Amino acid sequence: MTALASLPDHNGFFGDFGGQFVAETLMPLILELQGCYDAAKQDPAFHEELAYFQRDYVGRPNPLYYAERLSEHLGGAKIYFKREELNHTGAHKINNCIGQILLARRMGKNRIIAETGAGMHGVATATVAARFGMDCVIYMGSTDIERQQQNVFRMRLLGAEVIPVTSGTGTLKDAMNEALRDWVTNVDSTFYIIGTVAGPHPYPAMVRDFQAVIGRETRDQMLEKEQRLPDSIVACIGGGSNAMGIFHPFLNDDSVAMIGVEAAGHGIETGEHAASLNGGVPGVLHGNRTYLLQNDDGQIKDAHSISAGLDYPGIGPEHAYLKDNGRVEYVSITDSEALEAFQLCCRKEGIIPALETAHALAEIVKRAPSLPSDHLMVLNMSGRGDKDMMSVAHYLGETMEKGDNA
Amino acid sequence: MSQQATVTHAEVTSRITRRFEALKQQNRAALVTFVTAGDPDTATSQAILDGLPAAGADIIELGMPFTDPMADGPSIQKAAQRALKAGQDQHKTLDMVRRFREHDQDTPIVLMGYYNPIYRFGVDAFLREARDVGVDGLIVVDLPPEHDSELCLPAAEYGLNFIRLATPTTNDARLPKVLENTSGFLYYVSVAGVTGAGSASSEAVERAVARLQLHSRLPVAVGFGIKTSEQAADVARAADGVVVGSALVNCIEQAATREDAIRAVHALTAELAEGVRGARHTG
Repeated sequence: MTALASLPDHNGFFGDFGGQFVAETLMPLILELQGCYDAAKQDPAFHEELAYFQRDYVGRPNPLYYAERLSEHLGGAKIYFKREELNHTGAHKINNCIGQILLARRMGKNRIIAETGAGMHGVATATVAARFGMDCVIYMGSTDIERQQQNVFRMRLLGAEVIPVTSGTGTLKDAMNEALRDWVTNVDSTFYIIGTVAGPHPYPAMVRDFQAVIGRETRDQMLEKEQRLPDSIVACIGGGSNAMGIFHPFLNDDSVAMIGVEAAGHGIETGEHAASLNGGVPGVLHGNRTYLLQNDDGQIKDAHSISAGLDYPGIGPEHAYLKDNGRVEYVSITDSEALEAFQLCCRKEGIIPALETAHALAEIVKRAPSLPSDHLMVLNMSGRGDKDMMSVAHYLGETMEKGDNA
Repeated sequence: MSQQATVTHAEVTSRITRRFEALKQQNRAALVTFVTAGDPDTATSQAILDGLPAAGADIIELGMPFTDPMADGPSIQKAAQRALKAGQDQHKTLDMVRRFREHDQDTPIVLMGYYNPIYRFGVDAFLREARDVGVDGLIVVDLPPEHDSELCLPAAEYGLNFIRLATPTTNDARLPKVLENTSGFLYYVSVAGVTGAGSASSEAVERAVARLQLHSRLPVAVGFGIKTSEQAADVARAADGVVVGSALVNCIEQAATREDAIRAVHALTAELAEGVRGARHTG
């Protein structure tokens, strides 16, 4: 392995990014977690257990699917979907939750907390907490609760307590602040399952490792189907966990181009977006140094996206590093471009993607037509769109009674 | 990470050290008051700040407002939101200290907050300006000793104390690391939690202070959840300093007018000061 795929260093840094910028109350916990995770990584029993749940509970491996009709329609690259939306709970999020809850159990914790934006991570966390019989508290911004009511109900059905967060702007970053506050208050009993490749070390590396199963499977499946590696991989980015998961096993393969797609909201020039890499500057928030949406005074700005799951003013530190060294190209897609691609995918492939994933699809729509037919392009179909029916109907100007789309 | 130099306490003889030494002579603890700069607006906040020493504050912690104060409870979060909404920023906060120093050369001022606004300002530029306007120390909640090269060690070069928080989760193995580059005083957070949360028992505080004093000669100030004169007196018997924040900030939230806010903060400060000053005589 070359340096690129072996980061972070032992202090949790990817170049200048990452680190452990947390209050002293949390430091002993973070260090304990780091030690336990390092030990688990070396333990074959942990990997066996993880593999068992990935197979029989999550439903892995999921397929690498040739999106024939979309490829024909766009008339260029040969497009494959990595079908993470077929996982139990409908998104890639559970890959990480299964890994972390097994770790929580090893550490003797019996109470799980998590933050959630779109609710997918909350649902995945509530799911594994139910499976392992642990108490579960999910922090969710009040604004997000409003636009993701079905996921709120799902979490409650699964036995989780969903606590609305009204502080700040009532979105994902505020939910994360509140989860951190819970953690400092309940240090002994509680394990914090962070949903993305952000937060203090070891979270960015640990979440990435649990998500890297996506890229490892993609690699094997592509070699089997096409006898070679893909030419490009496209994934959407909020905090960046599905992208990091599919990118990481290919970082050392120079022939594989990687494209991360941020949410441009109404357009980066309008200031109403969630594109931390394309429209932010480096700063320190939630335990790590990374690119952040912030003003000149270092105050964090609200992110905007049609997709609640991309609505975060930061980004995983490894992405910040990969942007600066040029290994991954980071682009952005607006709300309306994502909505177009969302509908195209529904009609051409019979797959309703999550609005988050629709951002990556929109980038494929832009790129594929000018590429040769032997260009192998992989899209990480990170989640399904059932949760987004109300929002999409709203944006398309259709009226729908609450409950019609259950 | 680069090799970190160790700052010895002797290198920094600050207003903070002088103040604690003077109070030790008087056999009493320091009352350390926290208010958020710019809450509810810069002018009112300046009036609050300027009147704190006369009301009985021995050391002042001035909060630098931040949008995402992860280690703070609702009171101080809301204070930061009020301040930011009124247009407070790092420049205005530093300017408040400059104005304060025009009439008070003795009361130590510690700026307290989170790293990002300092990082965005530029560490060197911030430290230079902080020193020039008369800031004495910094408490930056999200910079543990693992990151001393970011701000703690540069601050020492500018003669600014870097005050660290120790908590109930800071065990004996970790304590030396926490103390290593700490100067001025040590801020003991008496309960694991956010600011304003319930307070620890006086026995627990006494034990904790005794443990810290075994490892360090620095004065130990204790905070989190102290709201009344009686609680302040309890803590003042064991600790070298008593920190009160949320209770003062609540006075601002509850005040009907700006004048009321100023009056209420100073009145509570006076009450707390009475508790702290009488503690070791009546105890």
